Amino acid sequence: MKQLKNAQPALITGAVVILFLLALFGRFEPKVAVSVLLSGLTLGALYFMMSAGLSLIFGLMDVLNFAHGFLFMLGAYVGLALFNAPFLAGLDSNLRFVLALVAGGAGMAVLGAIMEWSLIRPLYSRPIYQVLLTLGLTFVGGEAIKAIWGTAGFFMPIPAFFNGNGPNCPSPDFFSFFKDNCSSILILGRAFPSYRLFVIALGLAMFFAVILLLRKTRLGIIIRAGVQDSEMVQALGINVRRVFTLVFVIGAGLAGIGGVAAAPFIGVNLGIGQEFLLQAFISIVIGGMGSFSGAAIGALLVGLARAFGDQLVLSGIQLPFMTEMIKLSPSIARASTVIIMAIVLLIRPAGLLGKKE
Amino acid sequence: MNLLEVNSIDTYIGQSHILEGVSLAVPRGSITALLGRNGAGKTTTLRSIIGLLAPRNGKILFDGAEIDGKPAYVVAAKGIGYVPENRAIFKALTVEENLIIAERKKGDLARHTDLIFDLFPDLRTFYKRMGGNLSGGQQQMLAIARALVPDNSLLLIDEPSEGLAPIIVEGIVNALRKLAQNVTVLLVEQNFQMAADLADRYAILDDGKVAASGLMPDLVNDRATISKYLGVN
Repeated sequence: MKQLKNAQPALITGAVVILFLLALFGRFEPKVAVSVLLSGLTLGALYFMMSAGLSLIFGLMDVLNFAHGFLFMLGAYVGLALFNAPFLAGLDSNLRFVLALVAGGAGMAVLGAIMEWSLIRPLYSRPIYQVLLTLGLTFVGGEAIKAIWGTAGFFMPIPAFFNGNGPNCPSPDFFSFFKDNCSSILILGRAFPSYRLFVIALGLAMFFAVILLLRKTRLGIIIRAGVQDSEMVQALGINVRRVFTLVFVIGAGLAGIGGVAAAPFIGVNLGIGQEFLLQAFISIVIGGMGSFSGAAIGALLVGLARAFGDQLVLSGIQLPFMTEMIKLSPSIARASTVIIMAIVLLIRPAGLLGKKE
Repeated sequence: MNLLEVNSIDTYIGQSHILEGVSLAVPRGSITALLGRNGAGKTTTLRSIIGLLAPRNGKILFDGAEIDGKPAYVVAAKGIGYVPENRAIFKALTVEENLIIAERKKGDLARHTDLIFDLFPDLRTFYKRMGGNLSGGQQQMLAIARALVPDNSLLLIDEPSEGLAPIIVEGIVNALRKLAQNVTVLLVEQNFQMAADLADRYAILDDGKVAASGLMPDLVNDRATISKYLGVN
């Protein structure tokens, strides 16, 4: 009985996801539904890259880091700058892209360490000041990016590995993709961009890497313990402030990698930080503040809601008692994530995997 | 020789002056009971020693070295184990993980596993169980066991019998008696009988000040002091 009670959040989560998918799948042809599902997973993966760090940082340190969106955006700009750097012009685009991912992640990790050490650490006992500070950093950072890169948006090319257009494209299956590197792969007869599948795979890899870190290492045990009671962790002889810094570094690094990964998909501009930050906040509220797995589930739900919402806006809704299709405003798709958040919070005020305070 | 000396410390929580010139000494190898009514400042004393609260005045010496004002992780690493009154075990971690996190050096847990399982056999049975799924008594055992993982020479134990059934308290008392053969203990306890059974020495706190201290057998025979400060007849 107790085990059933413990599994309650997971059961609710599973039921919500299944109902959600069933409700939406029935409205579209299977190949369209799968394509939209994959688009949702792509968005979910990107939201997860942002919300993972936000959730870890909030869970351990009680810091609501509004500057996380800036780190995501700056990661994209840094990655783009390296990708286009003249001194790397001799390298092929795949290698330049990998270097961009590394630079975006490592650069934001270093910046995160500096931010935590110099600005956030002195304000641990003043949460309101922290919010104001991180919000202020967002504006200052945005202006700094404007000063360096200007206000125009940029497009980051998709690396060659995911951008082939040979005679065998689109690839009929994954095996052919690895031979021809087509820009799209046929899934149920419908072409889907291969780069987006890479983003999904990257999101999954990041999820499992962090889960392994949290579950299988002593550092992970300390982080999970710190989420529950950081004072007791300190009383065991562990410098919890150093762990705070490390978690901030990991979170900032994940955001930086996310920014670079998003760049070829959504472009690089001054708006991506705020847009993704909002969705990431919604994700962690849905999943339960401070729960890493919750953040992943929340990001998945938000991504799917956006993708299926956009598709519903495009196709319209046919109600049985009406002869004409109802055309929805695109705002409905954007609002869908907030609607899901409201429903989840009505059922479980602490979020799907959150603990009651 | 004293392992721990607390000399005239003043500790505040916010603007409230909780400890007013508290002094006490814990001889090496002893069990010293810190007694007093609710709100007397017992828990604040332990939190000041471990470094979770910083005294504004006074000195705390552990093994001859000053530890007052140092952060808790530095104080604990000198060899002080802390078992707080609410147990503060990590409920979302398994028993094993609760013990692993207490390691200060690799192999600490492996070296002390036999001692821990000998004192608390339940922990072997529930080694993979989540801390939150243990009973209150088992959680208390885990909290004490966690303090035994590294090589601590002093244990600060706060209210180990709180909220536990008498049969469980008896088990805890036996375990504390056994482990006190190798480690010095400063014990905060409301249950006077339990404290009297275990401790060699005592200090009584009253309204943030030390009202009396000395050898436990002397206190046991001093019914007036017991009645006045502990409300036990």
